[in-house]
Amino acid sequence: MVDPQQLIDFVVREARLLDEKRYDEWNALFTDDAIYWVPLTPNQPEGLGHTSHLHEDKLLRELRIERLKSPRAFSQQPPTRSLHLLQTPTVEPADAVRPDEHLVRTVFQYTESQGDELNTFFGVAWHRIVVERGALRLRQKRVDLINSDAALPAVQLFV
Amino acid sequence: MSSTMHASYRERPDAVRALVRPDRVHRDLYIDPDLFALEQEHFFANTWNYVGHDSQLPNAGDYLRNEIAGQPLIVVRHGDGSVRVLMNRCAHKGSRLVSAPSGNTGKHFRCPYHAWTFRTDGSLLNIPLKEGYEGTALHACESAKGLATVQNVRVYRGFIFVKLNDVGPGFEEYFGESLSSIDNMADRSPEGRLEIAGGCLRFLHQCNWKMFVENLNDTMHPMVVHESSAGTAKRMWLGKPADEPKPMAIEQFTPFMSDYQFFQDMGVRVFDNGHSFSGVHFSIHSKYSAIPAYEKAMQAAYGPERTAQILGLARHNTVYYPNLTIKGAIQAIRVVKPVAVDRTIVESWTFRLVGAPPELLARTTTYSRLINSPFSVVGHDDLQAYRGIQAGLHAGGNPWISLHRNFDEAEIGQRDVTAVGTSEISMRNQYRAWARYMTLTM
Repeated sequence: MVDPQQLIDFVVREARLLDEKRYDEWNALFTDDAIYWVPLTPNQPEGLGHTSHLHEDKLLRELRIERLKSPRAFSQQPPTRSLHLLQTPTVEPADAVRPDEHLVRTVFQYTESQGDELNTFFGVAWHRIVVERGALRLRQKRVDLINSDAALPAVQLFV
Repeated sequence: MSSTMHASYRERPDAVRALVRPDRVHRDLYIDPDLFALEQEHFFANTWNYVGHDSQLPNAGDYLRNEIAGQPLIVVRHGDGSVRVLMNRCAHKGSRLVSAPSGNTGKHFRCPYHAWTFRTDGSLLNIPLKEGYEGTALHACESAKGLATVQNVRVYRGFIFVKLNDVGPGFEEYFGESLSSIDNMADRSPEGRLEIAGGCLRFLHQCNWKMFVENLNDTMHPMVVHESSAGTAKRMWLGKPADEPKPMAIEQFTPFMSDYQFFQDMGVRVFDNGHSFSGVHFSIHSKYSAIPAYEKAMQAAYGPERTAQILGLARHNTVYYPNLTIKGAIQAIRVVKPVAVDRTIVESWTFRLVGAPPELLARTTTYSRLINSPFSVVGHDDLQAYRGIQAGLHAGGNPWISLHRNFDEAEIGQRDVTAVGTSEISMRNQYRAWARYMTLTM
C-alpha cells in the first residue's frame, strides 16, 4: 500500500525537477514504456489515431532534452524558464482496470518566461504512478490544457 | 531611404508594384500595417482561397465558420447537396449568424438577435412581426434579399475554394497544373477520397503570413534551422544496428538534415499565379517504410502500374497561393490565417485516406504532431527564424530582401518552370503574383 502523501510528494517533485531544469532526473521518473501526453482536444480518448500536441515516448523525451543542450537550439536564445504552480494534488479512486496503478489529479498553472515575454497556461495534469523495483515511477503523465484546441503560441519546455 | 517607401499605399498601385523587383522585394510587404490592410481588402479578396473540405459537411445544414480577407463567412451544405458560401452577417443589423466554428443549422439560419431567418442558400425566409415593415422601402434594398453570397465557389476533389471579388481568372486557369498535387493526395486513397480526421492544430506565429508561406519551398534552411532537433535525432540513431526498425519519429525527423545536394536535386516547379511545389523528383517523404496492407489495397484498386505512379510521386510542399499548402505524400495541409501584419495563425489539418488501413492516419497525425504543433521542436526553430526576420527588417541601411538565388531573367512571364530545388524562384514567383492581385482592384 502506498501512502497518499508519497504520491502527492512525487507529483510535486516531478514539477520541481522540470522547473529546476533537471531534465535527466525528470526523465528517469518514467517507466521504460511511459508516455508523456498533451492531447489536442478535451476528453481525447487516445493519442495516435488523433493528433496530439505531445505524445512522447522515452526516445522523444530524450530528443527534446538533448536538443536543449545544443548551442544551435535557436529558439532558446535566450533560454526559457518555466514555473509550475500546483493546487494540492488529489489521489483518485483506484482504477479497477489497472489495480497496480495510482492516479493523481493536479490542477495547475504553467508559465514560461523568455526575455520580456510571459505565457501562462492552465489545466489539469493526470499522473499514473506505479511501484517499480520498490520506487514510484510514472507510467503516464497526461496534461489537459483548458485551451488545448485554441491557437497557442510556442510552448517550448515541459508543461 | 525612409522607413517606408510611401506614407500610404492606398490608391497608389504603382507604388505597390514598385515594392516587387524581379529579384528583390521591399520590406514593407512584411512590416507595414497599411499594406496589410490593403492586402486584406484587395489581395485576399482577388485570389482563390481555401475555406474547408467537403468531408466536414456530410449532411444538409452542416456548416463551417471561416474568414477570408477579414470577412466573416459561412460555408454550408445546402438542401440540394451543393456547397454554398455566405457572408456571416445578418441582413438586418449585421449580427454574426453563427458563432460556433462548425455545426448543423437544420434547414435555416436564425439570427440570435431578432430572429430573422434565412435558408441555407442565403435567401430570406421570415421576419417576426412582419407588418412593421409595411409601407417601408425594406423590400427594395439589400436587406430584403437575404444574406450576401459568394459567387465564386469551387469544390475540387473535396477542397472548397472561394474568390470573394468578381475579378481575375476562374478556378482552373488560376491553379492550372498545380492541381496535380491535390489529385495525388486524393488518389492515394484506394477509393480516391479524403476525409478530414485527427483534429486541427492551431499555432500562433508572431510574424507576417508571408514568412511562413515562403519557407515551405525554402530548401536552404532545413539543415541549418533544424540542426538542434533533426540533427540530434540523427545523432541519437547513429550506431544503431542496420536491421533495428526505425521508429516513425526518427524516420520523419532525420531527412530534414539531408545535405544541400539532396535539396538541390529534389527540384522545384513553379506555376503562374504564385503556386509551386518542391520535390519534383523525390523529397524528404520518399523513403518512409512501406505499409504492406496499404500497398495491397492500392494494388487492388488501381493495378500495379498506376499504384507505382501514384505512390512514386512524393512531393514535398505544394503551395496553393496564397492560403493553402499541402503535403500529398503525408496527407497533411496547413492553412494560413493572417491576423495582423505581425500575427498569423497556422492551422494544420490531417486526412484519412478512405479505404486505407489505420496506420496511414497514425503516420499523418504523428508527422503533424512532431512538425506542426505549438510544442514542436522543429516548429520552434522555424518560428524563431520568422520572428527574427520580423524584428530584423526594422533595421536601417537596407530595406530590400534578396531573392537572387538562381535568378534568370528568362523565368519572368513563364507559366510553368522547373528549376534546381535550392532556387528562390518559388518566392519570386509568389511576389509577382502578389503585385498582380494586390493591384487588380486598386
